[in-house]
Amino acid sequence: MIVINITKRLDTAEGSINAHFELNINYGEFLTLFGPSGAGKTTLMRLIAGLEKPNSGVIEVEGEVWFDSTQKINLPPQKRSIGFVFQDYALFPTMSVRENLLFAADNSEQKGNIDELIELVELTALSDRLPSTLSGGQKQRVALARALVRRPKILLLDEPLSALDPLMRQKLQDELTLIHQRLGVTTLLVSHDIAETVKLSDRLASVESGQIKSICPPMEFFSPQALSGKLQLIGEVLKIEEDSPAVIVTLLVGSSVVRTVLSSAEASELRVGGHAIISTKAFNPILIPLP
Amino acid sequence: MESEFISTMVLTFKLASITTLILLVIAIPLASFLVFSRMRFKSIVETIVSMPLVLPPSVLGFYLLLAFTPSSFIGKFLTEHGIRLAFSFEGLVVGSVLFSLPFMVHPIQSALAQVPVSIFEAAYTLGKSKLETMIRVILPSIRHGLISGIVLAFAHTVGEFGVILMIGGNIPGETRVASIAIYDEVESLNYALAHQYALTLFAVTFAILLLVYTLNKKSLGGIR
Repeated sequence: MIVINITKRLDTAEGSINAHFELNINYGEFLTLFGPSGAGKTTLMRLIAGLEKPNSGVIEVEGEVWFDSTQKINLPPQKRSIGFVFQDYALFPTMSVRENLLFAADNSEQKGNIDELIELVELTALSDRLPSTLSGGQKQRVALARALVRRPKILLLDEPLSALDPLMRQKLQDELTLIHQRLGVTTLLVSHDIAETVKLSDRLASVESGQIKSICPPMEFFSPQALSGKLQLIGEVLKIEEDSPAVIVTLLVGSSVVRTVLSSAEASELRVGGHAIISTKAFNPILIPLP
Repeated sequence: MESEFISTMVLTFKLASITTLILLVIAIPLASFLVFSRMRFKSIVETIVSMPLVLPPSVLGFYLLLAFTPSSFIGKFLTEHGIRLAFSFEGLVVGSVLFSLPFMVHPIQSALAQVPVSIFEAAYTLGKSKLETMIRVILPSIRHGLISGIVLAFAHTVGEFGVILMIGGNIPGETRVASIAIYDEVESLNYALAHQYALTLFAVTFAILLLVYTLNKKSLGGIR
C-alpha cells in the first residue's frame, strides 16, 4: 500500500495554486493519472520520486516513510525504490542498450536478470546498439527495461507513449500490460489518452488543477451511466459535417475511423477533438472473425 | 644553441601540459557551478572567469607581478612559506591557469548546459550519487566539450606572450618559453633561430589540432 497525502505550491499559467494530492495506491495496482496538461500529474510523479519536494504532508510506501514534513524526513531519489520512465526517455547516450541497463544494476543478482529483461522488451538483437541508432519505440522499451532493473516498489511512467505513432503505441500498451502481469510491480502512469487509460489501468485518478477529483475504474469514469447489454466504444471526434437536415460525425475509435449520422440537436454538444461514447442499443453486434 | 632550443621547447610544452591539467581539474566543478547554481553572485563569478578574454594580457601580468613581489601582502605570505612566484616557472603556471581559464571553462560549460536535466534525474532515480552520475554518465557524454577545452587551453598557453613576459621575464630554462624566445631572437636579428621556433610551434599546433578534430569527428559520428 502506498499512502500519499501531500501539498505543493504549483506555478501554472493561471498563477500559482496550492495543490493537494491525497491518494492510496494498492500493492500491484496499475493506476493512471488522467487529466488536462498543467493539472499537476507530472509534478505528483516527481514528488513521489523525490525529484521535487512537497511543501508538507506524508509519502509512505509499504510501511517505509519516504517523506514526512512533521518528522523532517525526505529521502533523496537515490534512496527511494522507484523506476522512472521519462517522457524524453533519458537514455545515457554513450552507453549501449545493455550498458544502460547494467548501469542501473546494484548487485550481481540484478545484473543476472538483465538478459531476461532485454528479452522481455524484445531488444535482444539490439542490445549492443547505442540509443541514437534506435527508433522512438525501441528507446521507450530500453527506458522501461532500465527502470525495471532494480525491481522498484513503484514504477512511474510519465506519458511514456505520447511521442509514438498509434501502431507503436498499441504494441507498447500490450507490452506494458504483459510486463505488469508478469512482474506485478505497482505502476503509476500519466496519460491523457482515453483508450490507453481504459486498456491499461485498474483504476483512474482524475487530476484537475492540483486536486484529485475522483478515483474509480476507468470505464466508470468515462461512461458513468450504468446501462448493461450495450456496445460501448469511446472515440475522438475528428470531423462534424452539416448535411441538412442531419449531421455526419467522423470519429476515431482505436485506430479505425467510424462515421455516424446524427440529428443537429444530438450533434450540438460535440466538438472536434473532443471525446464521445458511441453506443448502440436494440441490436446485437455481429462479430465476424477476420482472416 | 641547439640544446637551448630543445630546452625552451620542452619548457613550453611542459608549461602548457601542466596548465591544461590543472585547468581541467578546476574547470569541471566551476563549469557545473555556472550551469546549475542559482546563487545570486553567479554572474560575478561568470564575469571574472571571462575577464581574460577581453583584458589585455599585460594588465593581468602587471597585477600578478605586483601580487607576487615579496613586498606585497600575498607575496609576503608566499615568501614566508618559501614560495617564489615572480620570475619562476611556478609563477608562469599560476599566470597561465588564470589567463587560459575561459578557454577551458566555456566549452565545458556550454556542453554541460546541453545535457537534458532528465539524464541527471534518470541516474538519480537509478540510485546513483551526483559524483557517480558526473563521472560515469555526464563526462563521457560531454567529451567533445572536454576535448575542445583541452585543445583551446593548451594551444592558448603555448601561444601566450604578454602575461609570461610580465611575470616570468626571459630566464633560459626557467621562464623562457618559445613565444618569448621568438621575440628575443628577432630582436637580436637571429632570424634563423626565430624561424626554427616559429615553424616548430606552427607544425606542432597544427598537428595537435588536426589530430583532435579528426578523433572528435570520429567519436561524434558514433553518437549522432
